[in-house]
Amino acid sequence: MTTKPKTLFEKIWAAHLVREAQGEPALLYIDLHLVHEVTSPQAFESLRLTGRIVRRPDLTVATMDHNVPTWDRSLPVTDEISRAQMDTLAANCREFGVPLYDLNSDKQGIVHVIGPELGLTQPGMTIVCGDSHTSTHGAFGALAFGIGTSEVEHVLATQCLPQQYPKTMEVRVDGSLPEGVTAKDIILSIIGRLGTAGGSGYVVEYTGEAIRALSMEGRMTVCNMSIEWGARAGMVAPDEKTFAYLEGRPHAPQGKAFERAVEHWRSLNADPGATYDRVEVFHANELVPVVTWGTNPGQVVPITGRVPNPADFADESDRRSIERALEYMGLQPGTPMTEVTIDRVFLGSCTNARIEDLRVAASLIKGKQVSPTVYAMVVPGSMQVKVQAEAEGLDTVFKAAGFDWREAGCSMCLGMNPDILKPGERCASTSNRNFEGRQGKGGRTHLVSPQMAVAAAIEGRFVDVRTWNVGSN
Amino acid sequence: MQPYLKETGTVGPLDRVDVDTDQIIPKQFLKRIERTGFGPFAFFDWRYKEDGTPNPEFELNRPGYENATVLVAGRNFGCGSSREHAPWALEDMGFRTIIAPSFADIFFNNCFQNGMLPVILREETVKDILDRAKERPGYQLTVDLEDQTVSDEEGVIASFEVDEFRKHCLLKGLDSVGLTLQHEGDITSFERGRSALLPNAKESVHA
Repeated sequence: MTTKPKTLFEKIWAAHLVREAQGEPALLYIDLHLVHEVTSPQAFESLRLTGRIVRRPDLTVATMDHNVPTWDRSLPVTDEISRAQMDTLAANCREFGVPLYDLNSDKQGIVHVIGPELGLTQPGMTIVCGDSHTSTHGAFGALAFGIGTSEVEHVLATQCLPQQYPKTMEVRVDGSLPEGVTAKDIILSIIGRLGTAGGSGYVVEYTGEAIRALSMEGRMTVCNMSIEWGARAGMVAPDEKTFAYLEGRPHAPQGKAFERAVEHWRSLNADPGATYDRVEVFHANELVPVVTWGTNPGQVVPITGRVPNPADFADESDRRSIERALEYMGLQPGTPMTEVTIDRVFLGSCTNARIEDLRVAASLIKGKQVSPTVYAMVVPGSMQVKVQAEAEGLDTVFKAAGFDWREAGCSMCLGMNPDILKPGERCASTSNRNFEGRQGKGGRTHLVSPQMAVAAAIEGRFVDVRTWNVGSN
Repeated sequence: MQPYLKETGTVGPLDRVDVDTDQIIPKQFLKRIERTGFGPFAFFDWRYKEDGTPNPEFELNRPGYENATVLVAGRNFGCGSSREHAPWALEDMGFRTIIAPSFADIFFNNCFQNGMLPVILREETVKDILDRAKERPGYQLTVDLEDQTVSDEEGVIASFEVDEFRKHCLLKGLDSVGLTLQHEGDITSFERGRSALLPNAKESVHA
């Protein structure tokens, strides 16, 4: 008997089926549940009210990231409501026996940065978290997706989740990226072409030469923003880079066990001849650095492009949505993107605040100065990233250039902590969402790669990083 | 969970596409540790002026929509974050039913977890409903989950699809955690077969 060739997703799904029954969603086992302070308090409270326990605290990890201030950690948290939320998480973790990396931990950080960093994120696993950017972990060939608080409660109580079988999509990126074009430009270009709802209902496998050529950090950037085009999850099949990244990490298997694990991980890729419900192909050679101009991540143009004109769009709701976005963003149709000036730069978030992001950003700004009209901040994704960056002297480079060097957290990606934009301020941001008010009420967010962000910080406006750095060092 | 059977109510027209969860409930209100009380903060930046008074320009603030319980919006409603605070806020504001041409996955799923019904109708049908509700504030719809129909005073406008299992849970108001716990035996036997190489959050795995 021949078996039908399977996609990576199909293999992971099949390996986690606890129960299947006609007319019911499948029950999937969850290998790792990541928890943070914002979407968990109501879930723990429900457990208390129903007298339920956390079934597998050993498969559950908590940290504090969304709310945390990014200034001096020795100072108290001044926002009382934020502090109450963090205290609640700490109390819940104590009561239910869940391991917690709190503000005092040297392993604290953005939940999607610390999972991989600690080696908790491994190929073939199912991973969930009450956060839509959980798709980040898919970079390791795991099935990882965001869930709501009721589902957080569900996983705490049962370590399982009822799931509808999704559709599958391959997004193949052929060819190789030109100099100055990054993983961030790949994913923003995908969203720009396929739309913010283009991936709805799909689990996406990113394949192709350009994806293979990306580092683990780059793959995480791509998978991270899967949700921004509506995909349920995004994943990349594991390879030698994945294994090398994991080897020696605290929660990765060690020694002989690591070898056995790698042997299994090698089987986690799409079989030859496996088919998807949909295939989309991109050509890396054609990609350029991009920047968003509007209020969703699909509203994106090449840096060489201009702010679009609503009059050019046939669909009425598109036109109105663009008009509304331009009004909010304070932009005139037809303006070249390189003439758009900025007030703030945010280098951070679960999309682009890993060590590689900081390295490449620092390499571009060495010996340069942030524009006097710009306030720029660097928020490392985790305390471990911060320590590593400091060991490499990156903090010195950033500070000498006039960047503010902060402690780890989600920070201005969503502005739940004190790091926010003032109304009307325009920000070049390496984060993942440019929704109205996302970084602060009235704030105007432009999503870009770390390279594009720091170049904008120096020039005070957007520049084409491909030509900007030539001969200017 | 409160069962959802058949609901009749005034339509609140929100004729915008890609309404994201940051607009439905801005982040500054996510710090609450309760499930309730988010209603006054729903659509905060659109709904209120700088001084905190209602913004008369916001669609749902216009006269006639005060008691709306059926929210009707453009495509890709609820995109963005996984925050369940979004459906909590809408429910607390009075909406148990949301009609749109499409929804973002996580938001769609979160609605069912809270006894709310997201209804997908064709884009043209949604546009008709929006037009009627804008022309006639107070325009009412009845959404019948058992029959899977949406009707107004003149009769059935459209029927809709809903997953049979979700429908069953909603009609009965079933607790989904309780349903899964009925399969304790399956879960335990699955756990026995899990690889020892898989990570444990409390300790690292050794050779």
